[in-house]
Amino acid sequence: MSRITREEVANLARLARLELPDSELDEYAKQLEIILESVAKVGEVTTKDVKPMSHATGLVNIFRKDIAKESLSRDEILRSAPASEDDRFRVPRILDEE
Amino acid sequence: MSDLTKLSANELSAELTKGSVSAVEVTKAHLDRINSLDKTVQSFLHVDDEGALKQAQLVDVSRKEKKKVSALAGVPLALKDVLTQKGIPTTCGSKILEGWIPPYDSTVVTKLKNAGIIILGKTNMDEFAMGSSTENSAYFSTKNPWDLTKIPGGSSGGSSAAVSAFFAPLAIGTDTGGSIRQPAAVTGIVGAKPSYGGVSRFGLVAFASSLDQAGPFARTVLDCAMLHEVMAGHDPLDSTSINQSVPEVVKAAQLKDVKGMKIGIIKELGGQGWQSGVLNRFNEAVELLTSLGAQVKEISIPHSLYALATYYLIAPSEASSNLARFDGMRYGLRVDDGNLSAEEVMNKTRQKGFGKEVKRRIMIGTYALSSGYYDAYYSQAQKVRSLIAQDLNNAFKDVDVLISPTSPTTAWGLGERVNDPMAMYLADLATLPPSLAGIPAMSVPIGLANEDKLPVGLQIVAPFMNDERMYRVAGAVEAALKTKWNGLLIEQIPNLVGVK
Repeated sequence: MSRITREEVANLARLARLELPDSELDEYAKQLEIILESVAKVGEVTTKDVKPMSHATGLVNIFRKDIAKESLSRDEILRSAPASEDDRFRVPRILDEE
Repeated sequence: MSDLTKLSANELSAELTKGSVSAVEVTKAHLDRINSLDKTVQSFLHVDDEGALKQAQLVDVSRKEKKKVSALAGVPLALKDVLTQKGIPTTCGSKILEGWIPPYDSTVVTKLKNAGIIILGKTNMDEFAMGSSTENSAYFSTKNPWDLTKIPGGSSGGSSAAVSAFFAPLAIGTDTGGSIRQPAAVTGIVGAKPSYGGVSRFGLVAFASSLDQAGPFARTVLDCAMLHEVMAGHDPLDSTSINQSVPEVVKAAQLKDVKGMKIGIIKELGGQGWQSGVLNRFNEAVELLTSLGAQVKEISIPHSLYALATYYLIAPSEASSNLARFDGMRYGLRVDDGNLSAEEVMNKTRQKGFGKEVKRRIMIGTYALSSGYYDAYYSQAQKVRSLIAQDLNNAFKDVDVLISPTSPTTAWGLGERVNDPMAMYLADLATLPPSLAGIPAMSVPIGLANEDKLPVGLQIVAPFMNDERMYRVAGAVEAALKTKWNGLLIEQIPNLVGVK
């Protein structure tokens, strides 16, 4: 089990869209290392020919009829939006200058 | 009528049916107790006095008009703040959802409303159900009504505290790795995690979708079973919900007979590192079951030793994916000064809106799912999960149910484990194997530990969609101990005194 460095924590935070301040990197590095060292224990188990289990019920592909029915109104949905305009969600700029 | 808040749901149901008390009176009695004493316990994030009384009035009208109502109509309940209720704030214990008012009811809430159950309010929880003490709530810590310096368990600690403090006879919790069973154990009440898929997850804000399951809390096994039957059942809105009839848990809870049942003690769950008072009560429970005519023997679940490692890879992986939806765009918090890019808004919003444990788990999950680590961590954990499930299913060829202590210790002191995530995770040691296998499990009180006089729980585990078996055992244990103690364990709880 390799050490978890500040740089690795910063990279994980970037991937997870978390703007961690530099002051928190060391604390997380220490804690993540302890946790990852502990969960690495799964590697001790021989799992040749064992199928991974993603789900408890074994259900696959549940289908339903494609029938149109009433859904929530636009107003109800937009009421809890941080910002809206012209019956739409208003979001920050995604592309650079037009 | 003496104190309405001291009655069980079943007793209240009998009085309401007789007409000796109204749903409004029952609801008022519970709201009064909450309003005078919850400042001390802090179990509720939101109390809906007005809505609850309005629901109660409707139930009273229905009864007066001789309309058919369900057994639990007019009985109050506390709802964990992770299930949506239309028009009522749902925060999941997180700042990222502060002020969010869901526009729809979860299926569990729809079923509660259809049954005429009165929803008093939303209970505190560890943020996004991640934790075992409710201290990860972004709002405040809930106290254990047995000892206000101790944790009420988690993540459904607001619900367990509300029921043990007699604020409500019933509560709903959710259990991903033990979040109903461990809080029930440390507050001396009954709590059940149904079979995965037994209760619809529609409207349950997801933490780890392959593990999350809502379930009931109550002070008696019968009450727990009655609520279980109300909540359970197939729901087309949740593709993972099981299309089978609901196990007959109420009937099983009333049997009070374990004669001839084969019970397996999970050998790996106990011994070194487990609190002696917990093990003493557990051993007595084993003797009790034997004296009641059950055949009890030890059984090995070898891979249960890897459940902690497996769970703390799978659950964070699923969480890192599920919690990606909190991006500050469509609902909840948005941190934006008007000049930031979408990505900057997401980064700042998530940093500000999520607490430390949630961020830790998101990063663990991100790590386990990232290329280069996926095979060694996530995929390997999924394979070990198969082996744990296989071990448990094999054991059921030999025994009807499995038992263990619910948690290695009684309630610990507030603040004791907040800076030590691994110590916190150890509280889930016994509850994780059934969660990973998707099988039903519950906790029933079996006494107080000698050293701290705090409640200890017995975990009972049953095969998939055979939830009734665990209720049969729990009902028998409760009945025998009730005779021995001349009442329920919860009746030994110290009186709550309000803060001035």
